[in-house]
Amino acid sequence: MSPVLGAALDRVDGRAKVTGAARYSGELNLPNLAHAVLVGARVPSGRIIGIDCRQASVADGVHTVLTHLDLPRVAAQPKLFPSLAGLTAHGQSFFPMQDDVVHYAGQPIAVVVADTVERAEYAGSLVQVNYAETPSATLLDQVRDQAYEPQRIFGGLVPGRNPDRGDPESGLRDAELTLDLTYRFAANHQNPLEMSTTTAVWDDLDRLTLYDSTQGPTATQLSVAELLGLPPTRIRVVSHFVGGSFGAKALIWPHVTLTALAARQVGRPVRLTLSRDQMFHSCGHREEQEQRIRLGADRNGRLAALTHDKISLTSHFDDWAETSLESPAITYAAPNYAGGYRLARGNTITPTFTRGPGEATGMFALESAMDELAHTIGIDPVELRLRNHADVDPDTGKPWSSKGLRECYQRGAELFGWAGRDPAPGTRWEGRWQIGTGMATAAYPVAAPISPQRARARMYIDGSVVVEAGISEFGTGALTAMTQVAADGLGLPVDRVRFVGGTTDLPNVAAAVGSAGSGATSSPVHLACTQLRDQLVRQAVADQHSPLHGADPAAVVVRDGRMCLRDRPEVGETYAELLGRNHIPDVETVGTWMPVLAPMTDYAMHTFGAQFAEVAVDADLGLVRVRRLVGVFAPGRILNRKTAHSQLMGGMLWGLSQALLEATRMDPNTGRWANASLADYLVPVNADVPEITIDTIEVPDPVVNPLGVKGVGEIGIVGTSAAIANAVHHATGRRIRHLPITVEDLL
Amino acid sequence: MRPVSYSRVADVATAIGTVTADPGSTFLAGGTNEVDLQRIHVARSRRLVDINDLPLRQIEELPGGGVRIGAVARMSDVAQALPVRRRFPVISQALLLGASPQLRNMASIGGNMMQRTRCGYFRDVAAACNKREPGTGCSALTGVNRGHAVLGTSEHCIATHPADLAVALVALDAVVLTQGPAGHRQILADDFFLLPGDTPDREHAISHGELVVAVEVPPLPMASTSIYLKVRDRESYEFALASAAVAVAIDAGVVTDVRLALGGLATKPWRARQAESVLVGAPATIESFRAAADAELAGAVPHGMNAYKIELGRRTIVRALSTVTGDARMVSDDGNPP
Amino acid sequence: MKSYAETAGAVEVADTAVVRGPNSVVVRLSVNGTFRNILVEPRVSLLDALRDRLDLTGTKKGCNQGACGACTVWVDKRRVLACLTLAITCETREVTTIEGLSDGVDLHPMQSAFVSQDAFQCGYCTPGQIMSAVAFLAEGHAADDDAIREWMSGNICRCAAYPNIRAAIRQVRDEAGTGGPDATG
Repeated sequence: MSPVLGAALDRVDGRAKVTGAARYSGELNLPNLAHAVLVGARVPSGRIIGIDCRQASVADGVHTVLTHLDLPRVAAQPKLFPSLAGLTAHGQSFFPMQDDVVHYAGQPIAVVVADTVERAEYAGSLVQVNYAETPSATLLDQVRDQAYEPQRIFGGLVPGRNPDRGDPESGLRDAELTLDLTYRFAANHQNPLEMSTTTAVWDDLDRLTLYDSTQGPTATQLSVAELLGLPPTRIRVVSHFVGGSFGAKALIWPHVTLTALAARQVGRPVRLTLSRDQMFHSCGHREEQEQRIRLGADRNGRLAALTHDKISLTSHFDDWAETSLESPAITYAAPNYAGGYRLARGNTITPTFTRGPGEATGMFALESAMDELAHTIGIDPVELRLRNHADVDPDTGKPWSSKGLRECYQRGAELFGWAGRDPAPGTRWEGRWQIGTGMATAAYPVAAPISPQRARARMYIDGSVVVEAGISEFGTGALTAMTQVAADGLGLPVDRVRFVGGTTDLPNVAAAVGSAGSGATSSPVHLACTQLRDQLVRQAVADQHSPLHGADPAAVVVRDGRMCLRDRPEVGETYAELLGRNHIPDVETVGTWMPVLAPMTDYAMHTFGAQFAEVAVDADLGLVRVRRLVGVFAPGRILNRKTAHSQLMGGMLWGLSQALLEATRMDPNTGRWANASLADYLVPVNADVPEITIDTIEVPDPVVNPLGVKGVGEIGIVGTSAAIANAVHHATGRRIRHLPITVEDLL
Repeated sequence: MRPVSYSRVADVATAIGTVTADPGSTFLAGGTNEVDLQRIHVARSRRLVDINDLPLRQIEELPGGGVRIGAVARMSDVAQALPVRRRFPVISQALLLGASPQLRNMASIGGNMMQRTRCGYFRDVAAACNKREPGTGCSALTGVNRGHAVLGTSEHCIATHPADLAVALVALDAVVLTQGPAGHRQILADDFFLLPGDTPDREHAISHGELVVAVEVPPLPMASTSIYLKVRDRESYEFALASAAVAVAIDAGVVTDVRLALGGLATKPWRARQAESVLVGAPATIESFRAAADAELAGAVPHGMNAYKIELGRRTIVRALSTVTGDARMVSDDGNPP
Repeated sequence: MKSYAETAGAVEVADTAVVRGPNSVVVRLSVNGTFRNILVEPRVSLLDALRDRLDLTGTKKGCNQGACGACTVWVDKRRVLACLTLAITCETREVTTIEGLSDGVDLHPMQSAFVSQDAFQCGYCTPGQIMSAVAFLAEGHAADDDAIREWMSGNICRCAAYPNIRAAIRQVRDEAGTGGPDATG
């Protein structure tokens, strides 16, 4: 590998972003563009018994008002399926405006199209709706007694119970020490700063271009095609820059198809942008949930048994739970284990991915419980984790494809200054502030798409290369990292490579979700580029006019675009010389990577890390301030140190936010979120954020994918909230078993 | 936003005459609250009368040590003004702990005095709200009311007044100067804000067309060491869960005079007179502070999620008093709170 | 002190102001040093005027209610929120957006610093952050880390690049050869 892989290259799209030149999906000002707004249901449950659009229809500039009475029916009933599969990726198994039934507040009931956004918004406020309201349930506690054990969750991809290990009940019964702890989590909303937006342009009656804010252009294409009853060939999706997603744009929600239908109706391009309030009702959320952990251990802290049960609220159409039990099940070598999901149905949109889906809550529960165990037994929290280190996957007995967790603990403890920590809670003061430290393990599965992933590399006669794959850039740094992967594979300087994504015209990769994006894209890019390199090397050694004629291709290396003999670098020629001499305008290859799925290998695949936090608590006023965070992670190969650092840092700060700020609060009387704004749903501002120390342990991983990339998008958030809560306990002696931890918990 | 027409006026008389004559009109200054409320259909004016050109931007030192702040002066300019920082640091601090730098560059002092509650039900036109639509009920009484008031509430409304600045002004016995069709009025800040009672829709003691033209803060030597303490979930860019504006004079360990007002806890900027009366003549000790806080919060009424605010209010008072008596000092030269 | 009323200062109740709208009117804006006429209703925000009428989409819409800072622009050199500013109120003012910060060839030092410090990820809050950061240094506060944290808290970055944003501002502060509180203005 060349030094370009992993280098701290500035973002290739940096200039476009700092000058405002980068165009996001809602920023194309097309001729005749009309503006659509959604009208959402005011009630969470009932029927529409009257909908009066007369005033709205005659308001200035209004082209049309569509309701369930006149919206064309969709061609198929959508079925929830995670976008990682690379197939249709509907966010829920329900499409609105097909009949008069209201299942959740905010459900689209009308679409208003006008010539300006102001006029569309105003006309939307004029739509008069009468409801026959029926009783609703919007909180877990209202329907807890109706909870059931789902067969499968997560679009059918995950069983409703994890496989048991050993005999957990006997393990608990016979343990010297047991803990039985329950953790509660507020609902969270992703709130990317760019609100979801779609612009639909019908080129003719059955050819559609969608400019969509999406984590996966192909996911949008296939999902909308299914609902419109069109072949995917008729739909082109463009998504160059996306203003953050964090799961909100991972699956495809109804507003996208509604925009397409509205545009067809008015015969002109239509842009629909959700309002910030609608962002809370239109693209899923992290569900309100409760998790129970039971630990059985001996006096030395060795885990004998672990059970982990989750109950959460889902919609009336889908058995969705974020997969909170996956990593906790395999983090420690507990011989006896059981875990399962229970669901209760309520009047909600189907919950969905939110950054660190599953693990952000599941590992909070486990790592909070482990801290209680360490405290109860009186051993150091890091030592407790080392004693329970899982040398192999405790579920399958398979070795890890790579791990590095011990190194993460060690390095993190060094960077943090953990050694010599006084374990006694509530004993360190600085003025009015009580100081505490805490730590937690981070773990996140290595996910991969289940379909072939493709990328294309084309070299022009001058030796410059364009590499293409149909990804969108939503802040991960993919454009930059893939430029480096391509340059590395071809032996070119990065400025000779241009990586292009953002449309469905390009070779297909799955939506970048679950930290799988860097593996899913780097693998076919690497394969395309190394195949192109190898093809050109073979061509050179076969070319009588090449200085490399007759050489063994395996003896040829490429540096800075020049193919030469490894042992005699003065013998060689550039790509451009080879192509120019032979009048070859371009050469193109497609790389196809068939992902490695865990059940097919002899290895278990997981990403690990260690989180450390120091907090100051003003217990008199109930204030918690995070003073330091240290995170050390082993995410396989790093493609770009700078952008990977930003991803990990962002994740850790999401953990801070989950710990102390984020809660969407449901009012069961109205059935609506009561704080659906960025003024009331708190996310951190600059003043909340301390300096962050991040390091990585680069463990080689020959199994997960060609470059050994395990992903950095999620692992940063996992465990941070537990480290902070554990630090709060260390500072104050108070154990808070719910998130977020707010003023009233500490008064 | 509903369709609105727009007029820009250059003198006070035209502004008042125009708004008074057109019942569907309202003054527009910084717009940070008015434009927002118009857009979400809570405010329903048909016409906005832009008063930003009115000659009401001055911040003047008054003889004897008071200050007069023009109604169109921006929050950021007032916070940085030397007379304000020197004589009334509590005002500067309250301003700088409010909103964000951008909003402070926009928002006027008059508009700040007129700002509406941030109660989510008030802002949600689909929800019942007696303040927005009298007689429809108060969704907050049994709803998500973590941020709601525990002081000055009624069975019709528990919406918290969002102010920081006005809390300081109420503590300082500031006077709101208005001008309306009938002429000038001077209204004590504490009287300017109304309790919800049976008419939560009436929030200010002025009528349509009456314009806040200035705020006058009378001299108060002990205010030179006054402070504003603000408690909130987020470190910045958030309204208060509880706040306190306080100025104290102490002689030989005994409180001789005190001004205390609370924010985030009440339906209006809350002058803590019960606490003040406990404090005057009492030794400046933590025990006195606690007794004062207990007295002030004795009448507090919780409504579920906001019950913690009673204890938080007590502690905020005690902390503010301890700070101002223990380590109170002038704002630093850059205008930041200590 | 008692509240009291007096009749001095009474004004004649007469609607004498010029009324514009509610239908579209020609609004003349000076944006980035160039005058532009647009036909808009008075209710149109400066943000929507910039993005939808003038095709200056560098200024972003993140909440449309003053809670995120993505729409930060300068009006008469002061940083404000374009979403809560009506375009028609800016007729005699000078509006500066991210597109006007540099000539498009050479980046403003703050833009360069944001790139080199990786002070963004998705980039959606970035124009607002940069307009805010340049104004912050010009406002003449102390420019230490505590001040940066507080005075940059009106710009939410959901990707949470905050430490890198601070680093970018420090870089520009230090490149300017100051570090003191007053020399940046």
